[in-house]
Amino acid sequence: MARYDVKTLGSDLEDMRDYFRSGKTKDWEWRNAQLKGLLSFLKQNEAQIFQALKDDLGKPQVEAYRDEIGTLVKSVRFAVKELKGWMSSKGAKMPKVALLTSGEVVPEPLGLVLIISSWNFPFGVSLEPLIGAIAAGNTMVLKPSELAPACASVLANVLPTYLDKKGVRIIQGGPEVGEKLLQQKWDKIFFTGSVRVGKLVMAAAVEHLTPVVLELGGKCPAVLDSLAPWPMKVAINRILVSKFGTCGGQACIAVDYVLVEKRLASSLVELIKVLVKDMFGEKPRESNSLTRIISKQHFSRLKSLLNDPEVKASVVYGGSMDEEHLFIEPTIILDPPLNSQIMTEEVFGPLLPIITLEKIEDSINFINARPKPLALYAFTKNQSFSKRILSETSSGSVVFNDANIQYCADTLPFGGIGESGIGSYHGKYSFDTFSHYKAILRRSYFTDFWYRFPPWNYRKLLLFEATYHFDYITLLLVILGLKRSRYRC
Amino acid sequence: MATTIDEKEVTVFGEEEAKQLVNELRVAYDSGRTRSYSWRVTQLKNILRMCDDSEKEVVEALHMDLAKPELESTLYELGMIKNACKVALKELKNWIRPEKAKTSLTTFPSSAEIVSEPFGVILIISAWNYPFLLSIDPVIGAIAAGNAVVLKPSELAPASSTLLAKLFAQYLDTSSIKVVEGAVSETSALLEQKWDKIMYTGNGRVGRIVMAAAAKHLTPVIMELGGKCPVVVDSDINLQVAVRRLIVGKWGCNNGQACVSPDYILITKDYAPKLVDALKTELDKFYGKNQLESKDLSSIVNSNHFARLSKLLDDEKVSGKIIHGGEKDKEKLRIAPTILMDVPRDSLMMNEEIFGPLLPILTLNNIDESFDVINSGTKPLAAYIFTNNKKLKEKFVMSVSAGGIVVNDTTIHLAVHTVPFGGVGESGMGSYHGKFSFDAFSHKKAVVYRSFTGDAALRYPPYTGFKLRMMKALMGGSFLAILRALFGGSKP
Repeated sequence: MARYDVKTLGSDLEDMRDYFRSGKTKDWEWRNAQLKGLLSFLKQNEAQIFQALKDDLGKPQVEAYRDEIGTLVKSVRFAVKELKGWMSSKGAKMPKVALLTSGEVVPEPLGLVLIISSWNFPFGVSLEPLIGAIAAGNTMVLKPSELAPACASVLANVLPTYLDKKGVRIIQGGPEVGEKLLQQKWDKIFFTGSVRVGKLVMAAAVEHLTPVVLELGGKCPAVLDSLAPWPMKVAINRILVSKFGTCGGQACIAVDYVLVEKRLASSLVELIKVLVKDMFGEKPRESNSLTRIISKQHFSRLKSLLNDPEVKASVVYGGSMDEEHLFIEPTIILDPPLNSQIMTEEVFGPLLPIITLEKIEDSINFINARPKPLALYAFTKNQSFSKRILSETSSGSVVFNDANIQYCADTLPFGGIGESGIGSYHGKYSFDTFSHYKAILRRSYFTDFWYRFPPWNYRKLLLFEATYHFDYITLLLVILGLKRSRYRC
Repeated sequence: MATTIDEKEVTVFGEEEAKQLVNELRVAYDSGRTRSYSWRVTQLKNILRMCDDSEKEVVEALHMDLAKPELESTLYELGMIKNACKVALKELKNWIRPEKAKTSLTTFPSSAEIVSEPFGVILIISAWNYPFLLSIDPVIGAIAAGNAVVLKPSELAPASSTLLAKLFAQYLDTSSIKVVEGAVSETSALLEQKWDKIMYTGNGRVGRIVMAAAAKHLTPVIMELGGKCPVVVDSDINLQVAVRRLIVGKWGCNNGQACVSPDYILITKDYAPKLVDALKTELDKFYGKNQLESKDLSSIVNSNHFARLSKLLDDEKVSGKIIHGGEKDKEKLRIAPTILMDVPRDSLMMNEEIFGPLLPILTLNNIDESFDVINSGTKPLAAYIFTNNKKLKEKFVMSVSAGGIVVNDTTIHLAVHTVPFGGVGESGMGSYHGKFSFDAFSHKKAVVYRSFTGDAALRYPPYTGFKLRMMKALMGGSFLAILRALFGGSKP
């Protein structure tokens, strides 16, 4: 696998800073050209992208389009359309007392930013932030994950031919390259990945007081209330596609586990078995509709989650694994012990625990006893329960009666809270996250309240107070000497 | 500064106490009390009352800690705090209201909104120079957003810290709003805990310590730091007005000990003498002949900072450059307004934030050279320019990166709550004031409402060529493409 030579890193970055200082990337023309270049890259290399995703993850084309190419095309188009508006300054209302003063807030690029992406959506999670960084006028370095080498190679070798290499650099490499990058000075670091590495990234950012966005993960719960047969079927289909139909469950927003009332558990399991078969057939491995596990390491991790004897005993469907082909079939586990690893760590794979509760309302306490997830899904028609979930739990986002779709919305901030992350992006939020909003106040020379200046006396104090309260009457009276200071005199 | 302070009983505040404190606040927060609109309004109203009732005590405490002139205390601390409360009280309902978000074809049918949710339990660490403003202003934001708060005021302003603790206990809901007084060890104990957000106002060195502690728990931070705020003075301006605004921004703000104080001036060699004359004239008018002892100027906060500032002045590269002032009184911790001319760029004074009543003037051949000077340093919290030249004005505004910029004045952007106040680069991250305070302490939670209708089989495996074509067509949003996909007319 190609690896970047870190010896030249210092000077390469200096060149990029010089380029930023030249002001080229601040021009609308440059930003628009890069975005258009990104669009061409996606459209002209669809086959290559599909192939790379197939090589790295065995990702089916529908998933590749739905979750990566399609959403990226949508996002780039949105950015191109909105860019001028995003770049414009916003006037700020001035308090009346600030006569002949104007105020505005102007977005400006931060400078040179670092984007580190993960392996599960190697194009999506690399290029979505890139769109924001470009739109905001920065220069940037992207380091795609080495765990998806075919995709990283396409990004490092094909993408640059569509972009201005002086302003956008793609750097390939493993942890040592990552570490070296983190030691440099950046104006912002955008990281998508695990909690463990997220902490390392933030700790590295301290030295230069670099602000960070961390898109991490968590155990995204799906709360499944009692529903009539047809909505129940729709709900389960949506849960199953979120889990098994999205990178084989290796997605930060995939449903991690389901919460359901005890009395519904057995019929739920039976229904799931039917629907899983509808989706993946009798022999899921031959269905070509399942992404495989990314690496032997992750395969072993998932294997050990399932090998816990108590967990193994709770498997009600699936469970077969093929190490050679890094394949795990869709697996359902009913009520594994709550202290087992599968219930204390993010699953990130095609294993779906179902946890039963006495009453569905107990799901609120269950969720609150655990770290805040990136997303919370609730399938229910009960309005008051919905309201309680919304106000009594905390998560990056909440979706009622579906899963994963928040990822596609250009108008919603996508990000976590607590252990699931810091900051957000997508749509204008991507632009905002890579911008500094600078306040600008312009004063005229004419109006200056003479009492603004020392020497201080109580009369001036009173005048100031009146000014702050926009109390023009008092102002006039004091100036005319018709009102005495309430302070000692 | 003779005072009698009652012997406080010495309570140790270590790890255990900090842990307990956070637990207590979590329980209070989890009870939901801080989230109710009426709770937030009550606390804000109590802060207003607190400011009105305690004006004298606050002025006295600030006088003890900083010899701060009464007008500065009343206006820049209490006045701004009261204003912030009033704005919050007036706007709170609007701020809390969820924001509707547009949805599109890809997520049809659905509706979406963005809900502002409090982070939970917030730690606010404030600074010594505006001990009330920099403590209470962030607390107002945290409360408005529905959080529970711990405030750690600066120990370098001890009378203010004690008064804050006393007033908070008296006026606010102590189950959810607490003050912890102390120094390094108490602050460290607090920083070990897991907070939902931390806001720190102070310097870059301690800022790094705060961020490192926050990184362990993945706690988001807001940092209001400082920097060398430059002032570019062009020629052909109304010099008297400019100089007055400069003086008030520099010495009229805690005697230069403010994060947005003009730090140094950039001006052409030709115009500099006029500026110096105007400065001297106006300084005399404002502060009289004995500027060292003027009651309208704050003292230096403590002997450490006095020593630091003395060192800047005693630097041999610099001591010959004093053209006004330079008087010091170690006993009374006073330094007179001091102006220096053409201090070398490699002197100490030009390489750290001055944070005191010393004002170096750097002369240039051409005013355009100021951009290189400013850009060679780290990004400051504020940058100022006095000019009538439209081109220069626009160039400055567009190319100088700073937290905020003011044209033809200094520091006033703090008082305008409709613009965000915060730094960039070394001067900080995040911002506040007005609605920005509310946003700073809120998690913007995306909420999507879907119905069970509008389900397309094409979403689900098994994946076929047809489904791929349909998906492309739908996501591309073209009606024609959708038709073609449905009737098999397009390539897979």
